[in-house]
Amino acid sequence: MFSEWKFTTKDIAEKPDLFLSGHRACAGCGPATVLRLIMKATRGPTIVTNATGCMEVVSSIYPYTSWATPWVHTAFENAAANASGIEAALKIMRKKGKIKQEQVDVIAFAGDGGTYDIGIQALSGAVERGHDFLFVLYDNEAYMNTGIQRSGGTPLGASTTTSPAGTVIPGKLEHKKPIADIMVAHDMPYVATASPYYWRDLLVKVRRGIEVNGPAFLHVFAPCPRGWRSDPAKSIELSRLAVETCIFPLWEAVNGEYQLSTPSKVMALSPQKKKPAKEYLEVQGRFRHLFTPKYEKMLAEIQRITDERWNRLLKRCGMVQPAKTA
Amino acid sequence: MSKKGVLLTGAHFMNGDIACAEGAIVAGCRFFAGYPITPATEIAEHLSERMPEIGRIYIQMEDEIASIAAVIGASYAGLKAMTATSGPGFSLMQENIGLAIMTETPCVIVDIMRGGPSTGQPTMPGQQDVMQARWGSHGDYEIIALAPSSVQEMFDLTIDAFNLAETYRVPTLLLADEIVAHMWEKIVIPTAEKIRIVNRKKPNVSPEEYLPFMPDDLVPPMACFGEGYRFHATGLTHDEHGYPKTSSSEVQERLVKRLCEKIRRNEDKIMRVEEVMLDDADVVVVAYGIVARAALSAVRKAREMGIKAGLLRLITLWPFPQNHVAKIAGSAKRIIVPEMNCGQLVREVERAAKETSVVFLSKLGEEPHTPMEILEAIRRNS
Repeated sequence: MFSEWKFTTKDIAEKPDLFLSGHRACAGCGPATVLRLIMKATRGPTIVTNATGCMEVVSSIYPYTSWATPWVHTAFENAAANASGIEAALKIMRKKGKIKQEQVDVIAFAGDGGTYDIGIQALSGAVERGHDFLFVLYDNEAYMNTGIQRSGGTPLGASTTTSPAGTVIPGKLEHKKPIADIMVAHDMPYVATASPYYWRDLLVKVRRGIEVNGPAFLHVFAPCPRGWRSDPAKSIELSRLAVETCIFPLWEAVNGEYQLSTPSKVMALSPQKKKPAKEYLEVQGRFRHLFTPKYEKMLAEIQRITDERWNRLLKRCGMVQPAKTA
Repeated sequence: MSKKGVLLTGAHFMNGDIACAEGAIVAGCRFFAGYPITPATEIAEHLSERMPEIGRIYIQMEDEIASIAAVIGASYAGLKAMTATSGPGFSLMQENIGLAIMTETPCVIVDIMRGGPSTGQPTMPGQQDVMQARWGSHGDYEIIALAPSSVQEMFDLTIDAFNLAETYRVPTLLLADEIVAHMWEKIVIPTAEKIRIVNRKKPNVSPEEYLPFMPDDLVPPMACFGEGYRFHATGLTHDEHGYPKTSSSEVQERLVKRLCEKIRRNEDKIMRVEEVMLDDADVVVVAYGIVARAALSAVRKAREMGIKAGLLRLITLWPFPQNHVAKIAGSAKRIIVPEMNCGQLVREVERAAKETSVVFLSKLGEEPHTPMEILEAIRRNS
């Protein structure tokens, strides 16, 4: 199904960037790192459609652009629908001999708002119709562009400007929507999760998403120091901790068959390596209130839901369920 | 600002968005559903903190379509409800605004206008949604839109918007611009007895006799879900029972004309303008929103220069105060309309002004007209 794409660090370093430096992202921006890496894994001519969000704003402030490839900024809700149009038009033009290129790839980028919330209708429709494109969700877990409002991707207990932790609520009261599982339920050919710390894993998954015939969905973890109130120097470390605590496990589902990716498989085979959620939460200001006596129950609840989701994933991947961790 | 209760009587320093949120709380808004969008986000942010504190509901929805739909639901369930957005979100809301018109749902929609079309200039002011406010949803209807030009008015007019929505069972728009919304100014929140609050008219007949869309002086009394009255609300053309009658031209005509008439016949009660030095004015500036403040300064300077200038500040944009414009057109030689768009409300002014010549001053981008620009236009046309 997939080509055996082999690459060395040197190959990647030598490949010209399609997402260029000089953009206006904040120091330690996870999404900007993710975009640069993803564009390193393209296989040829690629068209990018980008929903409204941080990455659209920082990469295209007049008179500059970070995009060394054709790029469209769409509205907030419609990246997948826009990609559908691009893909369908390319297909018919190729069929009629109007374009020369054998292969032109289409990638849609959207943040968590443009995917979990306002964008899910267009995404679901495009996948159901079976357009051949890769949809990348760069998940920084809130509406960062408008100033840190909660989204369907914001985790339980996180304080945002519209789920402010205070005397009444302990941050967001709802769970993070399991978006990648929802996409698997579309019976689509390729769904995967990735984290920029494990950059090789990310690049391979991007290439697979591009190569697969039909729609592919890639959920990429992307820390935001401004919104998470975390140290800008620790963004990549956080993207490792999220995997090590099994808060953001890495997996692929090819034609609906779940399989753990190596970094998470390590946690499954050696459960003692799985770190407590607390280690991930305590280095982020958005969870600071959870370390006060008033809201410590929420801390336990986050660990419980993390374990529950992890165990459910292990079952889906056909791994033996380990003894319950603390 | 927290833990102080509902009414924060006294002098405050706040921005327009926060003043709007506080106005909504005072007006009795018990339900806010919204979606983050610059430059209206602070309304949602402020209410996300304030509403839970005072036992009211704040919900962040998955988009603007859901936001206005939730507001319609909450209003029918019996709560005063509001949403707040800006251009792109306002576009997404249009179909549901039509539903609110057709089902006669009292609700308030705040549109903080930024530069458009499309994503446009999210952090810059505009007055480009004025015609969309009037005609954005399909079909024939009348709607109410108020245009604040100060932080104080963001507070006051939000209360008025709720009162008008409840009185006429119509979605009411607060059509503000980005500057008014983001500007910080002193505002004074009055004591409770100085604030007028209007609640929707309830039926005074038995559930057996109640017809949900039988007008009483053009506006039907509104029972809410769960109050014991049988209720059928639909976006389809419906009769007084609320039942669809989609093939009757008589029912369509009776319903749609009444939806328009309930606003048109009450125009005098709804319409508000501010008249400054109009009595002997030769040149009159007609302006609204933030531009009206530059216009006021320009008119005063013109008077100092000996030019007989005046200002008609529109507070109600829809229904359009055409009688007020017609009145000044009878005495003034020239009317100047500065707007932050390519020419929207000026068309209504021209229609009302008939023979009197109307000069349009367009400005787009990051700042409104300066007083000097308007003064120069007054000088040239005096």
